[in-house]
Amino acid sequence: MERVEFISQEADFNADTGIRTETMMLNMGPQHPATHGVLRVVLYLDGETVVKAVPYIGYLHRGIEKLCEHITYQQCLPYTDRMDYLASICNNIGYILTVEKLLGIEDAIPERAKTAEVILFELGRIESHLVGIGTNALDLGAMSAFLYCFKERERIYDILETVCGARLTTSYPRVGGLPLDLPDDFEEKVRNFLKVFPATLAEVDSLLTRNRIWIDRTKGVATISAEDAIDLGLTGPALRGSGVPYDVRKAMPYLGYENYDFEIPVANEGDAYSRFLCRMEEMRQSLRIIEQGINNLPDGPYAADLPDVVLPEKELTYTRMESLIRHFVLVYEGFKPPAGEVQHAVENPKGELSYYLISDGTGKPYRMRVRGPSFVNMQALPNMVKGRLLADVIAAIGSLDIVLGEIDR
Amino acid sequence: MSFDFDSLIEAVNSAYPGAVKEKIEYRGETTLIIDKDSISGVCGHLKEMLGFTFLADLTAVDYLEIRTPRYEVVYHVHRFGPEIDENIRLRLKAEVDGDNPKIDSVTYIWSGADWLEREVYDMFGIVFSGHPDLRRILMPEDYEPFPLRKDFDVRDREASKRSFERALREGGG
Repeated sequence: MERVEFISQEADFNADTGIRTETMMLNMGPQHPATHGVLRVVLYLDGETVVKAVPYIGYLHRGIEKLCEHITYQQCLPYTDRMDYLASICNNIGYILTVEKLLGIEDAIPERAKTAEVILFELGRIESHLVGIGTNALDLGAMSAFLYCFKERERIYDILETVCGARLTTSYPRVGGLPLDLPDDFEEKVRNFLKVFPATLAEVDSLLTRNRIWIDRTKGVATISAEDAIDLGLTGPALRGSGVPYDVRKAMPYLGYENYDFEIPVANEGDAYSRFLCRMEEMRQSLRIIEQGINNLPDGPYAADLPDVVLPEKELTYTRMESLIRHFVLVYEGFKPPAGEVQHAVENPKGELSYYLISDGTGKPYRMRVRGPSFVNMQALPNMVKGRLLADVIAAIGSLDIVLGEIDR
Repeated sequence: MSFDFDSLIEAVNSAYPGAVKEKIEYRGETTLIIDKDSISGVCGHLKEMLGFTFLADLTAVDYLEIRTPRYEVVYHVHRFGPEIDENIRLRLKAEVDGDNPKIDSVTYIWSGADWLEREVYDMFGIVFSGHPDLRRILMPEDYEPFPLRKDFDVRDREASKRSFERALREGGG
């Protein structure tokens, strides 16, 4: 429910017309479908124009950073799903890469695992962008685009389900590689997706890209300049939509992204429409990456040969004493990275996600810090909507593509 | 990485003598320990003169009973480059005392530091002097403890209970 309150200190009486005007405070959220979760924004309105917007966050705070200080490195993985739950696989892979960097075992990860992770990462990106575009369109009244997007998202969830058994909260790769080899029908399913997805993308494209109403609602709305975007620390489509070609996949490549042929789409207007165009083009580029990945998916081992880190195969655990002991030690105590600290960034669908891990030489992280893209991107909202209409706030929140699970952590 | 960090340290040290206390290399990442009092000057210099226009992250670590000073405020600054090896990420650390923890804010250098500093204040109780709006951000406004401090008792529910009861009183009324 939206609650309307009047504040009178800024009341102004116009003697000519006899009309009293005052700034109105409108509370939007925390339960509001267009806030994509539990975001609360207090809006100060002059008529329908936003004078000031103050976001309040923290309604979904679970203290993930604190929780992770009390469990082993491997146990932290499921918590990372629950941050950006629209692209949990990307969070998972980002975390795994950070721990691998902390252990110094990046070079031991087999190519098969890396390529599979790239494919899954890009599927996660498409999945997240589909929700981003779909809900942004839905908030602005375009129901059909939303349905097309969500139909296609199911296909990605089906692929994830065959790979790891879960659809939303994947908790999938492990430190050192994959927990199991990819299923036999993985390649077929991904190829099928590559075949059918461009048609849906074209459909969404034709529904929105040149749609008069969509353009009217998003073009020139929620604008942010390149300088402001960098200053505020925006990343992802929010930054590239303002013309800054920064993408972690190109700037600080991980998982061998430097060997893939793809481009970083950039739009220059800095408005909601630019961000939409960036997301659309990014999905096409992701398809290119997935295609290259699936064509070059090597055979061979799927996990690193590192007995100190990787769990033994299940069958060996059941049949061999040594493997059983290893299994117990790894589950109870976890592996122990040498004391030190690393930061690792990945290009999540919504922007730069980086983990900062400090090890004190025990099996539990001394400190785990998550820099979520949504948290930082959300700061741009007051700038974007100032002086705009109330309806543009909805477009701005949608175009920032935030997810509250990651803002609040 | 081909970037010459030593000349960067020299440039910073010539502008702020003695500001860089130590340089640490680990797993291909460079960390500079910065004198707490010159942190905002060094950050400003890095941004204006050396092109580190992007603040990637700002956080803190509590080293209770491990180190003195107790806290470290950690900055990750980034310089964009057209080529891969021109993208430089640098970690800065400033040590902050355990009693009355306080450090200069960098919000006037990078506006994006606003919420990040609020979060550090919320979680560690480190005060950023010069911050325009230093309030709690994730925890309730009237919450007293600082959860990410190492001496925070995770089993103690009293503080949360007080906040919750107040919210119930105010909401129900």
